Amino acid sequence: MQAAPATSATVVQVTGVVKEFGTLRVLDGVSLEVARGQTVAIVGRSGSGKSTLLRCIAGLETIQAGKIEVCGHEVGRPGKAARAQLRHDVGMVFQGYNLFPHLTVQRNITLALTLVKKQPKDAAQAKAAEVLRLVGLTDKINSYPEQLSGGQQQRVAIARSLALSPQVMLFDEVTSALDPELTAEVLAVMEDLAARGMTMITVTHEMGFARKVANQVVFMHRGKIWESGLTSELFARPQTAEFKQFISSEL
Amino acid sequence: MIQLNAHHIWYLVTAAQWTVLLSLIAFAGGALVGLPIALMRVSPSQALRIVAGGYIQLIQGTPLLILLFLTYFGLGILGYKLAPLVAAGLALTLYAAAFLGEIWRGCIEAVPRTQWEASDCLGLGRFQQYAYVILPQAVRIAIPPTVGFMVQIVKNTSLASVVGFVELARAGQIVNNSTFEPFIIFCIVAAIYFAMCYPLSLASRFLERRANAGRASH
Repeated sequence: MQAAPATSATVVQVTGVVKEFGTLRVLDGVSLEVARGQTVAIVGRSGSGKSTLLRCIAGLETIQAGKIEVCGHEVGRPGKAARAQLRHDVGMVFQGYNLFPHLTVQRNITLALTLVKKQPKDAAQAKAAEVLRLVGLTDKINSYPEQLSGGQQQRVAIARSLALSPQVMLFDEVTSALDPELTAEVLAVMEDLAARGMTMITVTHEMGFARKVANQVVFMHRGKIWESGLTSELFARPQTAEFKQFISSEL
Repeated sequence: MIQLNAHHIWYLVTAAQWTVLLSLIAFAGGALVGLPIALMRVSPSQALRIVAGGYIQLIQGTPLLILLFLTYFGLGILGYKLAPLVAAGLALTLYAAAFLGEIWRGCIEAVPRTQWEASDCLGLGRFQQYAYVILPQAVRIAIPPTVGFMVQIVKNTSLASVVGFVELARAGQIVNNSTFEPFIIFCIVAAIYFAMCYPLSLASRFLERRANAGRASH
């Protein structure tokens, strides 16, 4: 039996975060806790602040107030060591895939392994083969991104993040640029990841996915967490008019 | 008056070699100085951006002819008497560095911001981001305009004739002084310049088409 302290189950701890772009307050005191192995879906309308919240957790934005901790390390703290630690813990997948177009699928995956993790070339290549098998793209290892469909590119992007063995994976509307058929193959990969116990935070428009895969749903509205809770309860008994309206408009 | 003969033509062709050499010096020097200028222009440090921006504005706002006067006569008065080739090479380097720096800044900025974010999220440091992600993509974008700018350099080396450097344009003047057939001589000079520049222009257009075709296939 592991007798770990209660806090070790928390992977991401967001406390009272405020984010402003100039005079526009995009996040207005957001707090969120994500435990290990959970899948959290963040939903809401465009401009509700959901993507910004994810980018803050990824350390891509500076925050004006509050605190974000990932695996006990504070995000947004200056210093190279802190940043390296964050990169070690967090994987991020973007809406636009953001693969490196001048590199093969294999090199896209091994780049950070050899440069950042200082792994030898053959170990990195073995890891690339392993994560490509997870996303079902073993045969595309020597392809260039532009030779792949959008869905395949997104799966490579997921594999690229997975290769670094992050503690938590962040997904920022990763299927929004895909047509329904390709969306399904990406969601299948994510569902598989969740089943394997990966901690995931997903900003999504896919209510079906949120209902099916997420343990916890967070509804954001006007820069605040308007409503949140266990997926089954939240969709069955929405508390606020805004969330009711959101659900009905999404269906 | 001496009749224009094959000897004169040969003299012009020989002088064209100096035009090529001066162009190569200008391009190599311009690239060597221009790359740091471009990187400074996109640096997070405001001080570096201001210094590089100021340099570009200063050089772009100054005629190349005046730069040549400065490096040859100006430095000469101050006690640094440079050989015409060195003075011309220096002036053209300063000139090319400003323009290449500005061209390449644009190319670096043309790489989508999301490539920075993706490589940042993978833990790459700033130097690694440049070396492995940003610059390889920027180079592809930069090739057509850079080759295009080389045409400008080749033509602008003719200004080095004013400091007494005998390259193609100056050689044309010398031949003309003994034969007094300016129309035919400068037609020949123009033809030699054209023979050097046209292949570069063709290459630039070809590379540009190829770059655009690559983009369209996405």
